[in-house]
Parts: sequence; C-alpha cells; structure tokens
Amino acid sequence: MLEIKGMGARYGEAEVLHDVDLTIGAGEVVTLVGRNGAGKTTLLRCLMGLHPRPTGTVHLDGRDITRLPAHRRARLGLGYVPDDRGMYATLTVHENLTLPALTTDGPAPWPLERIYDTFPVLAARRRSPGTKLSGGEQQMLALARVLRTGARLLLCDEPTEGLAPVIVQRIGEILREAKEHGVAVLLVEQNLRFAATVADRHYLLSQGRIALELDNAGVSSREDELLAHLGL
Amino acid sequence: MTSFLQQAFNGLVSGSFYALLALGLAVIFGMLRVVNFAHGAVYTLGAFGAVVLADKAGLGFWWALLIVPVVLAAGGMVVERAFVHRLTALDPLYNFLLTFGIALVAQDLLSMTYGSHSQPYDHAPFPGSVDLGLFDFPKYQVFALAVSLAVCTGVWLLLTRTRIGTVVRASTERPETTRAFGINTGRWITPVFGFGVALAGLAGVLATPMRAVNPAMGSDLIIVVFAVVVIGGLGSVFGSVLAGFAIGMLQALGNLYVPVLSQTSVFLLMAVVLLVRPAGLFGKEEHA
Repeated sequence: MLEIKGMGARYGEAEVLHDVDLTIGAGEVVTLVGRNGAGKTTLLRCLMGLHPRPTGTVHLDGRDITRLPAHRRARLGLGYVPDDRGMYATLTVHENLTLPALTTDGPAPWPLERIYDTFPVLAARRRSPGTKLSGGEQQMLALARVLRTGARLLLCDEPTEGLAPVIVQRIGEILREAKEHGVAVLLVEQNLRFAATVADRHYLLSQGRIALELDNAGVSSREDELLAHLGL
Repeated sequence: MTSFLQQAFNGLVSGSFYALLALGLAVIFGMLRVVNFAHGAVYTLGAFGAVVLADKAGLGFWWALLIVPVVLAAGGMVVERAFVHRLTALDPLYNFLLTFGIALVAQDLLSMTYGSHSQPYDHAPFPGSVDLGLFDFPKYQVFALAVSLAVCTGVWLLLTRTRIGTVVRASTERPETTRAFGINTGRWITPVFGFGVALAGLAGVLATPMRAVNPAMGSDLIIVVFAVVVIGGLGSVFGSVLAGFAIGMLQALGNLYVPVLSQTSVFLLMAVVLLVRPAGLFGKEEHA
C-alpha cells in the first residue's frame, strides 16, 4: 500500500537520508530500527509531508503523494503519532481526540464511543488538558486519536519509549488489534523484542540508508548482532 | 474611598481599550507568529474611519461601529495575502519592518491629510452621566466598558467552545502536528489576521466619542499595549485580556497615589515579569 523509492532528505548541508527504498503491504506491520540519529524520525516526517524538499517518490495505494501537503496526506489515510506524542496543552483530552479530520474513506472502525469504551481512562479524563495525562495515557491518546480518523497506515515514532512494561504490552495489543482491522503500521522502535511481537518485517536504518531487511526469524537469529549495532 | 472607586472605574475603561487591542495582537501572534506593529495604526484608522463616515457620509456612530471594523478587516486580509504572508518564512524581523513601516505610512498620510490636531466628533451616543451610587460616571464610558467585556467574553467563548476555536488553538500551539492531522492550517491564517485587525478597528471606533482623535493616538497607546501583551504572555488570549484590564487599573490608581510613577509603572511591571517569568504571566515557553 505504501511504496517509497529513492527517498533522500537533508537538514541544511547534512544529508540525513540517502536513497531509501521501503514498502509496506496492506495490513502489514513493519518496524524501522536504528540508532539515534540514523534518520528514522526524518523518514516518518518525510512520509507525512512535514520535512522540507525530500527527494524520491512516495506512492500510497498506487497514487503519487510525493508533492501532497501534510493535511491532504492525512485525509488519504496516513495517521501520525509523533515522537513527542503531539499532545496539546491548550486542548482537553476530548478535543485532542476529536481534532484530527476524518479520512476520506468513510466510517472508521473506531468511532468515538468505541474509543472511550476501549480506553476508559480517556473517558474519565476527557476534560483534562492533554498534557496532564501520564506518559502511558498520552501514548494511548496519541494512538486512539489517529485510529479514530480511520487512518489505514499509522506512522508511529517510538510509541513505547520510556514507558512501563505493562503499558508497552498494552500498546502491543492495540497495534495487533489495529492490524486485525487491516490497518498497516510503520513503527519506529528501539525495543527489538517488542518489535518482533507485533511486526511482520523489519528494516534496519543505518546512517540514513536501509542496511538490512529482516523477518522475525531473521531478527531472532541475529539478535546479538543487531543489539550490538543499536548499542543496547 | 469615592475617589479610589472612581479612579478604579476609570482604570477599567482604559483597560477596555488595552484589552481589545491586546486581544487582537495575541490572536494574530498566536496564529501567524507575527507581532503586528501596525496594530496601533489600525486603531487610529478606526477612529478616523468613524470621523470620516460622519463628515462625508453623515453616518453616525452605530454605522461606524458596524462598517469600520469590517472595512479594516478586509484591508488587513489584503495586506496579509499581499505582504505579510510572503515574509512569514523569513526572519521575523522582516515582518517587524513591514508592519512598522505600514504604521508610519498610515500615520503620516493621516497627518498630511488632517494635520496633527484633534478631530471633532459630535455623533457620540449616550450623553450625560449615570449615578453609580458613590459617584457619577459618563454613560458612554460605561457603554465602552460593556462592549469591551462582551467582545472579550465572546472571543473567549468562540475560542474555547467551538470547532473553529479548537482548530485555531491547535494551530497556535503546534502548527506542524496540526497539519499532520488533516487540518489545512494555512486556510485560517488570513481570516484570523483580519479578525485581529477588526478588533483594533473596533477599539478605534469605540474610542472616537471619548478620546482625542489625531494621527498619533494609536502610537501613544500601542506602546502600553505591547507591555500589556508581554506581561500577559505573548500569544495568550486570556493573559492579554486580563493584563489589559489589570494594567488599566494599575495606571489609574498609580495616578491617584503615586503620580510620578503613573506612566512608568507598566514598564517596571513588565521588567519584573520578564525577569521572573520570561514568557509572561500566562504565556508558555516556546519549544523548538
């Protein structure tokens, strides 16, 4: 459903992505692993249309979206979960949830009532400012927010970072449930074990290039080597 | 006691104008990250608009209150599209120079046309005074205060209770993330600029019956309004309005008790606030 060809990106003089090719099938969960500074966040920002002037092409369901502005990409079904969780302090939990425009695909599998059923903590705190939630609750909100729009491809930037194991497990459940509904996920992740429990395939990004493409068996057989590369 | 209350009321009336102007500045800064240095000139143009409508078209105060803010908002939106918009990607200094230049041009054009003396205005509504118990107060000033409170409350409700308000707050706080959520933030920039300009124009019309209308009226006032916005927190709508009324009172009461400090007190307060809370009382630190 998503096809990236020859993507490159710069920050001023520094080239942070070189010639990245990457594909994601419908309903597939793909992780992007790599050290800090490997270009993972930049790649997601390029996909979302937030990074200035990337090179290469991006196709979503065969449609060229390379030049589309961010808000139109979102309406076509890209759901962004930024690395800082993108909470609004000036918006309540409810406003945070209902801010994103629905995608053009019709009714979402997660209407608001279902979101509140699935995440009772968000219902209980619907009038609090988004930033007053705990880290784990914020991450639930960030995921729920894009699921509600009917997004078909989630771009999640390290959703498990800094969270307690029980919350990480919960995020895994949410991602698997999304997958069952045909939602594809591109997951930036440092936690290899977690990645292997939710994902179908893995890309290793190193110094702005795709260095490896692995399935789950490949990850477990080369775990030590990968962990060494990630410096963990 | 009576003089204290009377002076406090005077302060609230000056505060009405500070609040309306600061509100417009805050809304514009929040959405565009542009400090509109032409805001005082818009206030002046609003007052002159009321005078000109009366002189040339025989249209009284109520017409002016309706027509002038709309015309100025339209003009503001044209200026935003034609100039401000082209500079927003550059260093903020360029829009500072642009809006400051517009203010100077507007003020000098008014001086050339009308001279620097004050314009008479004889369409003031609500003549006479109202008995407020301990003292009499000009009816019109009570009206001006009521309009300012109503407008500030209305804008507050618009921002906090409506979908448009949610989108504007979201775009103000995190413009980039908001675009990633399928919202075309660019579409709101020009109307919000026009709205902020309209508020300054409204303040100008509202000032016409009770203040000296001359080309310098805006530049005198706006210096205090900038201090108000800094104290309230740049971009904070609530902080700007509250600081507007508070500083009106501070100045008026300062006049009564420490006349030496009446003009400086605002800037002393601003200095203290900047030292203690650099983002202002209700402002948030910008994260990169």
